[in-house]
Amino acid sequence: MLLLIPLLPFLGFLANHAFGRRLSKPAAGGVACAAMFGALAAAAWSVWSLTRMPPGARGIVQQVMPWMESGALSVPFTLRLDPLGAVMVLVVTFVGFLIHVYSTAYMHDERASEYARYFAYLNLFAAFMLVLVLGASFPVMFIGWEGVGLCSYLLIGFWFTKPSASDAGKKAFVVNRVGDFGFLLGMFVVWSQFGSLDFQEVARRAGSLPPEASFGAVSLATLLLFLGATGKSAQIPLYVWLPDAMEGPTPVSALIHAATMVTAGVYMIGRNAVLFSHAPETLAIVAGVGVATALMAGTIGLVQNDIKRVLAYSTVSQLGLMFVAMGVGAFAAGIFHLYTHAFFKALLFLGSGAVIHALAGEQDIRRMGGLRKDLPVTYWTFLVGSLAIAGVPLLSGFFSKDEILWKSFSGGHTLVWGVAVVASLLTAVYMFRLVFLTFHGERRNAGHEDGSWSPGSSDPGGHGHGGHLHDAPPAMAIVLVLLAVGSVFAGYVGVPAVLGGSNHIEHFLAPSFAAPGLETGGEHGANLAEARAEMAVGGEAKSEGGPAAAPEGEGGHEPSESGDHGTELGLMAFSSGIALAGIGIAAYFFLRRKDAADRVAARFAGAHRVLLNKYYVDELYDAVIVQPIKRTSERALWKAFDAGVIDGAVNGAGSFVNGASAILRRLQTGSMRAYALSVFVGVVLILGYYVWR
Amino acid sequence: MVPLGHYLILSAVLFATGTIGVFLRRNVITVLLSIEVMLNAVNLAFIAFGRTQGAVDGQVIMFFVVTVAAAEAAIGLALVIALFRHRESLNPDVFTSLKW
Repeated sequence: MLLLIPLLPFLGFLANHAFGRRLSKPAAGGVACAAMFGALAAAAWSVWSLTRMPPGARGIVQQVMPWMESGALSVPFTLRLDPLGAVMVLVVTFVGFLIHVYSTAYMHDERASEYARYFAYLNLFAAFMLVLVLGASFPVMFIGWEGVGLCSYLLIGFWFTKPSASDAGKKAFVVNRVGDFGFLLGMFVVWSQFGSLDFQEVARRAGSLPPEASFGAVSLATLLLFLGATGKSAQIPLYVWLPDAMEGPTPVSALIHAATMVTAGVYMIGRNAVLFSHAPETLAIVAGVGVATALMAGTIGLVQNDIKRVLAYSTVSQLGLMFVAMGVGAFAAGIFHLYTHAFFKALLFLGSGAVIHALAGEQDIRRMGGLRKDLPVTYWTFLVGSLAIAGVPLLSGFFSKDEILWKSFSGGHTLVWGVAVVASLLTAVYMFRLVFLTFHGERRNAGHEDGSWSPGSSDPGGHGHGGHLHDAPPAMAIVLVLLAVGSVFAGYVGVPAVLGGSNHIEHFLAPSFAAPGLETGGEHGANLAEARAEMAVGGEAKSEGGPAAAPEGEGGHEPSESGDHGTELGLMAFSSGIALAGIGIAAYFFLRRKDAADRVAARFAGAHRVLLNKYYVDELYDAVIVQPIKRTSERALWKAFDAGVIDGAVNGAGSFVNGASAILRRLQTGSMRAYALSVFVGVVLILGYYVWR
Repeated sequence: MVPLGHYLILSAVLFATGTIGVFLRRNVITVLLSIEVMLNAVNLAFIAFGRTQGAVDGQVIMFFVVTVAAAEAAIGLALVIALFRHRESLNPDVFTSLKW
């Protein structure tokens, strides 16, 4: 049954890839959507049967086939569904299905063969993503890990005739390779250290070790794995590909570069939670990188003018927050944010897609404005998504983001918390800058009144219908509304105890983050559980109270938390205030006093320019890495080594033979007597040697 | 009885004569004759050795050599005739086309 989940999209891929040229558009889109719906149904059924199991022993395993058998190495192709995987599988199939449906409308201007190609890639992506999520060991996950990277490349460069798109695809692929390299090396270290590549087995063996006091093998392994995560999940230093990835069709940005693939790094850390919690140094690095990325991307997002790029930086920033959660050991909070983020960020991207669609490919928010009346569905859903991501109370983003902030604060990471708060303020500001500039105020494109939006078309997927503005067509509108509903209510599975909820998702996920076999207790296990509780602040301790434990009961288990309820509420109020303040700031600058924003930009022209140019990171990488590699390749590798040494050796062998034979062929006189003489002399010499030796 | 050394000296002299003839004569037919002389020098040595050893091996080999020499002479002379028809010459130094 588990196999069906990735297999159905894969079959959809095969169908569309093999017969796509001959399929009509409705057939191609229908096959893809049906495949995704089948996967969604299979996933739902599997998760349903998972939840019927007792909480401590939730897990469905399907060994598909033996795969790699070599000496001590045995890696079967095994799929495993556990609570963590269940959350991911539902997110991937549900959001994935919605985006497939959305795409049928968004891409309908493509030629039929392109349309089928698009859906083939999209289905292939879903299949690989599901393998990644369901894989029970590092190598199986790695198949998915590489596969989604491939699909990301294919879909970013979907409009490959446009140089910027194919360049962006290449950039994404190359940058991801760097991360994948780290992932591979990390896998090797894990294997040499634990002798197994199965996640549960590694967790079990790692769980029997004490956390590393100083930088050791586990820290090295986790650090390398984290390097892989920074590539896939667009964190410093490998985040540069994600903003460029917006060259792809907008639904692709929503599915791959916001909701699912880029969260793979976060998921991978959650999958190896036991391993990571045994490497405190790595966790500190994870948190540091996460918070730095959140801040950096947030500041860049403030000044970008491309609607999708703002969202891309927002994604990078939110992923940073998820890594903060992972870094402070609040794995459940990180996955919770991943899950809510998938809804509202997919919603925001699809909303921006609807705007771009309506405006014939216009992506520059300076040329939008006043779209509220013409695109009501898009406006309201986009607004819901923005409120959710800004962390306005009672929407999904509020619960998950606040959980992260609270966990980092209560874990004693005050600095991390402080920066994360600033990052969330920035989130609110840039999101509402987007809302206000796009949907409010005056229309800033004079051309459109007479029905001709000048196509500054950087997204060929958008198009105009005779120039008149139209709201999202039904297939898109339904998806937007569904995701908006999700953005509002998705958070209610994780209402924190302090607000009278019982944080279902945290209890549901807890077994996935613990070393298997330790729940049975025993002195050893108890010690370890304690050690882990130090790392995994809070979440671990709560799971011991059991899912049914009421908030009061928890206080007894964990005395240090009981006094903190006041603090938690206070922080919650504080971060809500921050969100509202951010919206207020955005409203002031971009709604009421337009000139104020320009004045600030002029006042801090230097800083503004730095932000507009994304801290010159691309230029820096270009100067420090790309150009030297190019120069080395051209001068040393190509002209010196390839042309000189390799070609030189080949040509040298030829000319040596040529020159030598020019001398030797003088011996070949053709005179029979000369040959006879040389034979005779030779015989005499050889005989003489044997006679007189 | 004539001692072995004498036979060998004669054989060596004949062989040297034949060799010199092969290298110095300018007529292909003479060259072929010189080769026959060399072969017979060797035959002489074989017979002499066989005689001193009291074995028939030397004589047996001699018969083989004579047979081969006859065949060689037949083929060699046929080739000489063919060559002469093409090149109008019997000087071996003229036939140098078998080279690069």
